[in-house]
Amino acid sequence: MTLRSYVISRIILTIPMIFILLTMVFVVIRILPGDPVLLHFEKAENLAAMEEMRHRLGLDKPIWVQYFEYVAGIFRGDLGESMQDYSPVAQQIWSAFPATMELAIFSMVVAVAVGIFFGVESSKAYNKPQDHMIRIFGIVAYAIPVFFLGMILQITLGVGLHLLPTGLRFNPTLSTPTGISIGNVHFSTGLYTVDSLLEGNIYKFVETLRYLFLPSLTLGLVLSGVFIRLTRSNMLETLRLDFVTAARARGLSENKVTYSYALRNAFLPVLTMMGLQFATLLGGAVLTETTFSWPGLGRYIVDRIGFRDYTAIQGAVVLFGIFVSVVSLVVDLLYAYLDPRIRL
Amino acid sequence: MQKKSKARKSMVSSLMPSLGSLAKRGLAGWLVIIGIVLVTAIVVVTMISPWIRPHDPSTILVGQPLVAPNSQFPFGTNDLGQDVFSRALSGGGIMLQVSILSVAICLLIGVPLGLFSSYAGGIIDRIFCLIMDSIYAFPGLVLAIAVAAMLGRGVTNMAISIAVVYVPSYFRVIRSQVLSIKEMPYVEAANSIGAKTRTVLSRYILPNVVPSIVVIATVNFADAILTAAGLTFIGLGVPVDIPDWGWDLTNGRRLLTSGAWWVITFPGIMIILLALGFTLIGEGLSELLNPRLEQ
Amino acid sequence: MNREPAHLLTVKDLAVEYWTRRGIVRAVEDISFSLDKGETLGVVGESGSGKSTLGLSLIHLVPYPGRIIRGTILLEGQNILKFGNKETRDLRGRRISYVFQDPMTSLNPVERIKNHFVELIRTHEPKVTASEAITRTRKLFKDVGIQPERIDDYPHQLSGGMRQRVMIALALALNPSIVIADEPTTALDVIVQAKILDLLKTLQDTYGMALMLITHDLSIVLERSDKIMVMYAGRIVEQALSMTLYAQAQHPYSQGLLKSIPNIELAEQKLTAIGGAPPDLRNPPTGCPFWPRCPYIMEICKIKDPPLFQTSKDHFAKCYLYGGEKSS
Repeated sequence: MTLRSYVISRIILTIPMIFILLTMVFVVIRILPGDPVLLHFEKAENLAAMEEMRHRLGLDKPIWVQYFEYVAGIFRGDLGESMQDYSPVAQQIWSAFPATMELAIFSMVVAVAVGIFFGVESSKAYNKPQDHMIRIFGIVAYAIPVFFLGMILQITLGVGLHLLPTGLRFNPTLSTPTGISIGNVHFSTGLYTVDSLLEGNIYKFVETLRYLFLPSLTLGLVLSGVFIRLTRSNMLETLRLDFVTAARARGLSENKVTYSYALRNAFLPVLTMMGLQFATLLGGAVLTETTFSWPGLGRYIVDRIGFRDYTAIQGAVVLFGIFVSVVSLVVDLLYAYLDPRIRL
Repeated sequence: MQKKSKARKSMVSSLMPSLGSLAKRGLAGWLVIIGIVLVTAIVVVTMISPWIRPHDPSTILVGQPLVAPNSQFPFGTNDLGQDVFSRALSGGGIMLQVSILSVAICLLIGVPLGLFSSYAGGIIDRIFCLIMDSIYAFPGLVLAIAVAAMLGRGVTNMAISIAVVYVPSYFRVIRSQVLSIKEMPYVEAANSIGAKTRTVLSRYILPNVVPSIVVIATVNFADAILTAAGLTFIGLGVPVDIPDWGWDLTNGRRLLTSGAWWVITFPGIMIILLALGFTLIGEGLSELLNPRLEQ
Repeated sequence: MNREPAHLLTVKDLAVEYWTRRGIVRAVEDISFSLDKGETLGVVGESGSGKSTLGLSLIHLVPYPGRIIRGTILLEGQNILKFGNKETRDLRGRRISYVFQDPMTSLNPVERIKNHFVELIRTHEPKVTASEAITRTRKLFKDVGIQPERIDDYPHQLSGGMRQRVMIALALALNPSIVIADEPTTALDVIVQAKILDLLKTLQDTYGMALMLITHDLSIVLERSDKIMVMYAGRIVEQALSMTLYAQAQHPYSQGLLKSIPNIELAEQKLTAIGGAPPDLRNPPTGCPFWPRCPYIMEICKIKDPPLFQTSKDHFAKCYLYGGEKSS
């Protein structure tokens, strides 16, 4: 299959998947409980207020109409209105989404970095004590509830050492990074790391990293187990191959052989795994955000649950779904581009 | 009649290694054993906890609140003066119930669905696959949260939310197994002598699929426990005053700033041990059944 | 007084074991031989005879879980086995080169051919620039008979024969004193085999290196080597000049090997195979390892492993047919 036809078919495949996703969320939130408005009010007391809400949110229309408006709305970027104050959900999560994205990116970086590092070390020390210890770490890491690890790190590194903040996304005494304006055009990504660099403010950049450190370390460590195992097994397989022995027979150093030869061949599977783990990452992000009071999409959902604001939850969950689909698509396309088998 | 069930039993039992032989199977066997020991220990402890715990875990002010671990209270007390040790012994009940229930639901729904869909093939299979893949691709915890939020709190509802997330995994595993078995000569032979679909499925395909089901069920258990803990942490837990590790973690969070580390640490360790136990069983079994060629 | 080292390479008493989970395998035992400048040594044996392990030991590259447990390997008077990491790496590819059996899997699939060379040359001679290295590569390609344009290709774009030529070129790039070729033609088809072997001979004339040809095919080494070492179950069972071996092979195993070479001139030749199979090296039989398959066994063969008897100036045979107990 040529690259082009793969790209096209993959993009085309995403469309029904997103539709199914949207339908799924719709079913869960609008249909499953029967009446979201009733759920919101908990008791069928104030019938008038309930009717009003139903009407304003368009929840009194026939199901098919609701569904249609829902899907059409999403394509317009309209994620519905909050049950609490009827403000557009999309606006409410405007800054929450980049916060989650930033956390996700850095956590994935931590997970892959830790995974590759320990995976390589483990393969180099095959069957020796370090190998066993690293493998055990990999298995245990996944069994730790992410919020538990977060709390432990908060106590030890945060409170104990007084080094790192245990909550929030940015220093409340400073103004948040907003990016840069060139003429009339304003560039900002919502990612504080990027924006502070765009501003040229190194102090803010460091502060951002300080706040980012514990949450991404927490989430990254829990996820690293998978990468450790993957890297280790790929390395072991590759290190056993003939061309590695041949390279050693030519006098190349162990470092060169390990990194330049073996690791390069083991990299593609890591990339695929990153795509596969992304969904899990986002799930863990929800808990991490709650633990660290990180103002992202996950915490938004959790807050909204407290307010029984189901339309807002719906909007946020939809965004999660679309986000994952897009990322998965990008990873698949990237993989196809890099994999020589498909290219040629 | 007797012969059929005996044959079926021996077919299944020949696929699953007996406990004694496990120890001889090297590291993987040991993983399974350790896992089983861990899980059994925790289950047993939880079940007999009413008789072995030093204090009633729900009674408040058994001791002074927020007392650090000492000889009287080996795990300390929490802010309500409850004995953390007793709570650690008794707190697994809800989690175990939720995970057992969710695995049961998954088996009841995911397995037949997977068998049917892959065996039927064609457009039916493709539709199911598309649906299952979409659910599978979705962030599990988020979906569980959404479902749990809509259904409300309670053991059954939590179990359902978790099951929804995991059914696709069962579906996929079974489907891939069935697809490979479907083409095997002995299935063809059975079909050619006119065996009913039901028979083919249950006598030929199902027993061969059992090992994979067991592996995924153990992984499911581990994940269910962690997800249940997560749901509780968010506030979608069980609204009863039963001692629960998840609840202790949620509650203990506020106490961290005052330095009372013991309130969350011990329940947390219990959760880790339980999840770890199931993970080890899953890892070990998976290695035993599909040995990796790690020479 | 200036004593020159007697031989380019002297191996004494080499023994290699593999420590596997299921037991210790004695892959190579009691190996002693020598190699002189420009000489060609053929090492013949079935698979499992230890010949590849022997080859790899000479560059101290026995793969895990193997260990060299005894012996010395003297290259120009220096014991390789006592080298530190740096000297060992210097040795490999520069003083002794290794050509592997399967050219398909011996080259890095994600790297262009020329980069293999640049990397090799610059590892051993860091002062050489990339372009100088490429120039040298082109010359090497001419020597081994590949068009110089191919240096930009990836390994999978070359045919099997060409890949093997690349491997040979890599082996010669730094002008080593010894080239070890481990089954250099087994993975190639028959016509290409002859070309590659001829190439090796030509290169030997040009570059003057000593060549160790490891193979299971006795016919290859009979023609192309100066002396031959026959291995069985990890031991040398016979050592002789090739012509001598051809004319009067002494060890029953060597005789069996000779008899199983088809001779195109004999119209009705009965091919005799050697009955039986090589021993399990985890549990070798007591006595001579060949006795279960030997047509001439005597009682003593089953009890005690014979030593290597010297039957004439350059001829050694490890068999009680050539000496009794007392001769050791």
